[in-house]
Amino acid sequence: MIKFFLMVNKQGQTRLSRYYEHVEINKRTMLEAEVIKNCLSRSKDECSFIEYKDFKLVYRQYAALFIVVGIDQTENEMAVYELIHNFVEVLDKYFSRVVSETLNLLCNIFSLSKLW
Amino acid sequence: MPAPIRLRELIRTIRTARTQAEEREMIQKECAAIRSSFREEDNTYRCRNVAKLLYMHMLGYPAHFGQLECLKLIASQKFTDKRIGYLGAMLLLDERQDVHLLMTNCIKNDLNHSTQYVQGLALCTLGCMGSSEMCRDLAGEVEKLLKTSNSYLRKKAALCAVHVIRKVPELMEMFLPATKNLLNEKNHGVLHTSVVLLTEMCERSPDMLAHFRKLVPQLVRILKNLIMSGYSPEHDVSGISDPFLQVRILRLLRILGRNDDDSSEAMNDILAQVATNTETSKNVGNAILYETVLTIMDIKSESGLRVLAINILGRFLLNNDKNIRYVALTSLLKTVQTDHNAVQRHRSTIVDCLKDLDVSIKRRAMELSFALVNGNNVRGMMKELLYFLDSCEPEFKADCASGIFLAAEKYAPSKRWHIDTIMRVLTTAGSYVRDDAVPNLIQLITNSVEMHAYTVQRLYKAILGDYSQQPLVQVASWCIGEYGDLLVSGQCEEEEPIQVTEDEVLDILESVLISNMSASVTRGYALTAIMKLSTRFTCTVNRIKKVVSIYGSSIDVELQQRAVEYNALFKKYDHMRPALLERMPVMEKVTTNGPAEIVQTNGETETAVLETKPPPSGLQPANQANDLLDLLGGSDITPVIPTAPPSKPASGGELLDLLGDLNLTGSPVAAPAPQIAQPPFLLDGLTQPLFNDIAAGIPSITAYNKNGLKIEFTFERSNTNPSVTVITIQASNSTELDMTDFVFQAAVPKTFQLQLLSPSSSVIPAFNSGTITQVIKVLNPQKQQLRMRIKLTYNHKGSAMQDLAEVNNFPPQSWQ
Repeated sequence: MIKFFLMVNKQGQTRLSRYYEHVEINKRTMLEAEVIKNCLSRSKDECSFIEYKDFKLVYRQYAALFIVVGIDQTENEMAVYELIHNFVEVLDKYFSRVVSETLNLLCNIFSLSKLW
Repeated sequence: MPAPIRLRELIRTIRTARTQAEEREMIQKECAAIRSSFREEDNTYRCRNVAKLLYMHMLGYPAHFGQLECLKLIASQKFTDKRIGYLGAMLLLDERQDVHLLMTNCIKNDLNHSTQYVQGLALCTLGCMGSSEMCRDLAGEVEKLLKTSNSYLRKKAALCAVHVIRKVPELMEMFLPATKNLLNEKNHGVLHTSVVLLTEMCERSPDMLAHFRKLVPQLVRILKNLIMSGYSPEHDVSGISDPFLQVRILRLLRILGRNDDDSSEAMNDILAQVATNTETSKNVGNAILYETVLTIMDIKSESGLRVLAINILGRFLLNNDKNIRYVALTSLLKTVQTDHNAVQRHRSTIVDCLKDLDVSIKRRAMELSFALVNGNNVRGMMKELLYFLDSCEPEFKADCASGIFLAAEKYAPSKRWHIDTIMRVLTTAGSYVRDDAVPNLIQLITNSVEMHAYTVQRLYKAILGDYSQQPLVQVASWCIGEYGDLLVSGQCEEEEPIQVTEDEVLDILESVLISNMSASVTRGYALTAIMKLSTRFTCTVNRIKKVVSIYGSSIDVELQQRAVEYNALFKKYDHMRPALLERMPVMEKVTTNGPAEIVQTNGETETAVLETKPPPSGLQPANQANDLLDLLGGSDITPVIPTAPPSKPASGGELLDLLGDLNLTGSPVAAPAPQIAQPPFLLDGLTQPLFNDIAAGIPSITAYNKNGLKIEFTFERSNTNPSVTVITIQASNSTELDMTDFVFQAAVPKTFQLQLLSPSSSVIPAFNSGTITQVIKVLNPQKQQLRMRIKLTYNHKGSAMQDLAEVNNFPPQSWQ
């Protein structure tokens, strides 16, 4: 099961977050900070799956943006990895130039909600 | 009041903030504006304000005052309002807030709305945050929508149904009829969500699982179509048609095929087909293969298929992509229990992964390597693992060290190799070794009697250079204390004996005592070791006395207590000192958790513990332990068994307390679980003079009578510990020739504990002219019927004889 879906930039600012399980609001910021720290410390040759507390993080980097998905043990990690890419491709087709932090992406947050 | 700014503007403004404080200020200003706008009940801009509020919530700021506004938006007729309202409800509301129930009516109306998009919104929201009450109320509507022909709505309804089932499992049956036609859809969206719904139902209820097994052929057909069909632009991902659906179907097949032969058989073909036909050049293909492998391993597949699966994993291991290697190692770990031999074939690749740079991969490879160690490959594997231990990150060292100890204990080809391996671990990762490893190691060392000289020499050399690694120093001090005489006499067969004087040994122990790096526990070990050396060394007794008396005024209470007691030993009880500080007897393995259990065989009812006494020739210290027994038996002090290590200072205290303290500190002070079972028992033996027991009038039995050898058991029950039975065996020989090298061994069922004390001799003279006596103590806490299997070996008339027998005729009073 997917626990959360985050888009965080390299400086640690959350661009998008969606939690599928209830997490306290102050815990969310802490979680996001830790998660981005884990992802930033990885090098290019390391794998995209990190074991974090009792779930796994699957992350993918697109220029300055990290997309991180938290999953539990029942999910297929590779399929989620592919899902992230699929998501980015869809956004790309819909909004064009997703990778850079353009306002287009975020200002269309209403449309983004439809994807949930 | 001017029109509130748009979300776009807000984002731009927040982006310009350079510090956290600036951002907070901006947001607070905007929140205030939004709040006043809400108070004015402004319908036109409510949507915009709530959108901004949601953005600020996402950044981590509280937004609870917007909840009611969301409800108002949901109730509005405009689609744009409803959209933001539902989004807000999903993000801000959940069953913890009371207001959420107000939504129920709105959702109900919207579920029946004319526009499918509004219906979709309502389904989404219900499926996201619906509470159990809401679900109960609205389940009927959801079920109706599940049967509609509109695929857009059908797929959303299926996901909403998943949520309803999670919240209110009793409603599962309600959705059962609707699922009949779900798999007949052409639309992949509906198919996908239907498979999710079916998966959820099967996982939750075994009845559903049995019911849905009949769908296996249909699922197989759908999967086949996906693979065989040509290029379909709307479902294509890197050349594979809808991989996400394929993965979902494979997972559902896994759940359906588990523990069921028929379904597994129906799936065999399609699984083989997927495994062989999927393209592996892209990540998508590998994702599908991974899921296939997991499915094959989980269902009752035929062996050919399983071998195929493991080979796929082996291929993954050789792939350059890290993700794939990680995934392969994880799956191999899951399958190594069941398909051990197949995984062994990939052992060399797995061992190579230990050298990888990636932390996750290294951890997986390490766990897998430990699972693969067996009697044949232990030497090679250990070499690799020790090399890994040298170079790995600190977070691995503790686990690696424990794993190495366990594996070495199970598969050590020789005692010397075992000790060498332990030494290597202690010297490389000494400070990361777990605390409970120290007593286990000490027990291991005492058990390998012939290696004592070699062990103590190596340990001495190890701490000569560096005494900062606590577990190493603890083990070394203990050994030096026990076997110091072997060290100075230079009698080592295994390697070149080193010349060490008694003073040098004391130097190193004193430096351990003084050093700042030594923990309190380590210091305790060192002091006790110095004390023990007072009986083993000849010329440095005065130096030892001086050291001991210095610590009598140490600040550390533990050290002080020990030093004072040892001082008393020197002064008042000097006559007892040699006996008390004698060599420790071989420790038994207690049946508690940890390495001890590995030595046991399976099966509760089988006799599991075989107790042997070392051959009488090496028993000189144990005989003196017997003298100790007599010593105590002869005294008039009433037996007091300390149940916990005595904490009162014992300067000139009772003999028993002194003994109790020494006994407990003779074994490792860390007092882990294995040892806790021992002290009461050992002390029981030593402080319970046999002569004190009430002769309970239990009849004696003849346990064995064959070939002229007769063994009789006489019983005594200990009056302080009613579950202990003391059996004295008497072996007599009625033939014309003596029986020599007589060894008596006994085994009892697992629920008992056995302790064999040393026999009186190993020769049974002929013509019944004398007997061998030996004492056995049996601890029987569950008061089960006593049974014993005995093994006798002896030399008679020039040939070696051996016999096994079972003793079943124990009188009831001996164990009740």
